[in-house]
Amino acid sequence: MRAIRYSFGGDEHVFAEIDEEMSLEAFFKGMAICRELGERRIAGVSEICPANASYLVRFDPDVIHPNTMLSTLKEIEAEVGGAELELPTRIVEIPVLYNDPWTRETLMRFRDRHQDPNSIDLEYAARINGYASIDEFIAVHSGAPWFVSMVGFVAGLPFLFQMVERQKQIEVPKYLRPRTDTPKLTVGHGGCFAAIYSVRGAGGYQLFGITPAPIYDPAQKLPYLKNFMVFFRPGDIVKWKPISREEYDRDVEAVEAGTFDLTIRPVKFSLKAFHSDPGGYSRRLVEVLHGH
Amino acid sequence: MAIEVIKPGLATSVQDAGRPGYYHLGIPLSGALDQYALHAANLLVGNEEGAAVLEATLLGPELLFRAPAIVAVTGAEATPKVNGETRPRNESFAVRAGDRLTFDYMKAGARSYVAVAGGIDVPPILGSRSTYALGALGGFVGRKLAAGDVLPVGSAAASARPGRAFAADLVPTYPKSLELRVLPGLYFHRLTEESAKTFFEDTWTVAPEADRIGYRYRKGRTLKFRERKQPFGAGSDPSNIVDAGYPYGSIQVPGGLEPIILHRDAVSGGGYAMIGTVVSADMDRIAQMQPNNLARFVAVDMDGALKARADYRSRFARMVASLR
Repeated sequence: MRAIRYSFGGDEHVFAEIDEEMSLEAFFKGMAICRELGERRIAGVSEICPANASYLVRFDPDVIHPNTMLSTLKEIEAEVGGAELELPTRIVEIPVLYNDPWTRETLMRFRDRHQDPNSIDLEYAARINGYASIDEFIAVHSGAPWFVSMVGFVAGLPFLFQMVERQKQIEVPKYLRPRTDTPKLTVGHGGCFAAIYSVRGAGGYQLFGITPAPIYDPAQKLPYLKNFMVFFRPGDIVKWKPISREEYDRDVEAVEAGTFDLTIRPVKFSLKAFHSDPGGYSRRLVEVLHGH
Repeated sequence: MAIEVIKPGLATSVQDAGRPGYYHLGIPLSGALDQYALHAANLLVGNEEGAAVLEATLLGPELLFRAPAIVAVTGAEATPKVNGETRPRNESFAVRAGDRLTFDYMKAGARSYVAVAGGIDVPPILGSRSTYALGALGGFVGRKLAAGDVLPVGSAAASARPGRAFAADLVPTYPKSLELRVLPGLYFHRLTEESAKTFFEDTWTVAPEADRIGYRYRKGRTLKFRERKQPFGAGSDPSNIVDAGYPYGSIQVPGGLEPIILHRDAVSGGGYAMIGTVVSADMDRIAQMQPNNLARFVAVDMDGALKARADYRSRFARMVASLR
């Protein structure tokens, strides 16, 4: 991988582009640097934001001079560069009702902004990615797990990157013109990234389904949101679990009763082990979810 | 003590110095867009630096005081009135129980700040009382104010009194045409040679789509990005990048059409190339721009940005020292 490109974002930010293109390596390197930077607890640093293939740091130049900030980041880059890329993290199962009535209603309302007004988003995505049917596409989407490679845009919204070889990655364009509405908790896809819309609002991603699991709640009603109002962290691993309408309705009732919970297990991810056998490594990760 | 909202104005919300530390989870800084006016208002009524105030945008609210209070109004040139009688801006004044505070239209500037001795006492969330409306977080039940809302006010400091003011020459003015200093960078190199020039040559007009998330500018020449084979994951338009974090003050130009400067309720990241960042010292001035005001962007280097920051600090210190 090439050297990181650094650029100041005004007098209060350093932006570090690890790579121009998305890859697990670039994401991992950014995570490792951000983790080390956080552990150093440097006075004046107020925000450390890892993203897909870059990261952003906000600092107070009255406390730490921009040149000192920059040289600190370069020093961490040099240290982390040769390190074994291992990430202690967690894997979580997120139930998804694919092809649900709510996102379907929404995507039909905005058909004039879509590349293919005569298909639904799932049919379109399946076709341009070479799958014969929606079911086949859903099996691939919910097969290998995904990394949360960035949290943001709006509060708590995860971007996810599937843990498969590049040629197997699902790629779709964004809508031709953004929609003005997207249901809360929609599972969407744009470029090579999946996302869960944490709040209702505008958006341009293709719409595949909806999850009953709230992922952002300032009231923190559910057990897995008790620690913090935002559920996802960069580095989390997600496995989508296709569910039926009956299961969805049951989950929504449990959410309303405050009893809904998610299956979450700690795991350690090794990039090297993943690369030596992507399929097998992913399967073993998913087995952790179910107690094997 | 409480204040009842009779009319909310166009977009009035509870704001303070902001909520740093959660941008990596998509929760932006928030807080008063014009921090100079925020701190000035709090000083005038004897509040602590971080106290919460009301930020009114373009059209001020009508407020009913249920108990006596010391109040100060800073920011935009909009005359405050108590029961229809004019009160000074940038000077504390007293209101009685049952008094109504209203505002004339904003002659210049886009945001008024109303500080009340004791501060607006909504519960702090993640260390701040600021409203982040997109995430329904903080402030008064997570949203801008509506008619009928009743705002709690904390206990006033013993030092709170009417008639406190700053030296008049240290009160900011809000010109309808100004220069904004920009540190080029981030993805500036993605612009064509010509667009890298025209961006700084053209005069840009504030669009109606200018809010706490970002300020949109139009009427400059379309900006072109260098053609390239787009990197994997970046999206097909040449203005697209692999989704990345957006600095506060960063300038993105979706499709090359209209530059957007992100402010304190920023979307924290996305896939549009940022071509530079407005220096921190000029963010308050953006907050006071009305739709149709004009801006030119002026390139500065880091030394220029730090000099602007030092000047801002020194002006603020002089204002504080002139408090009487």
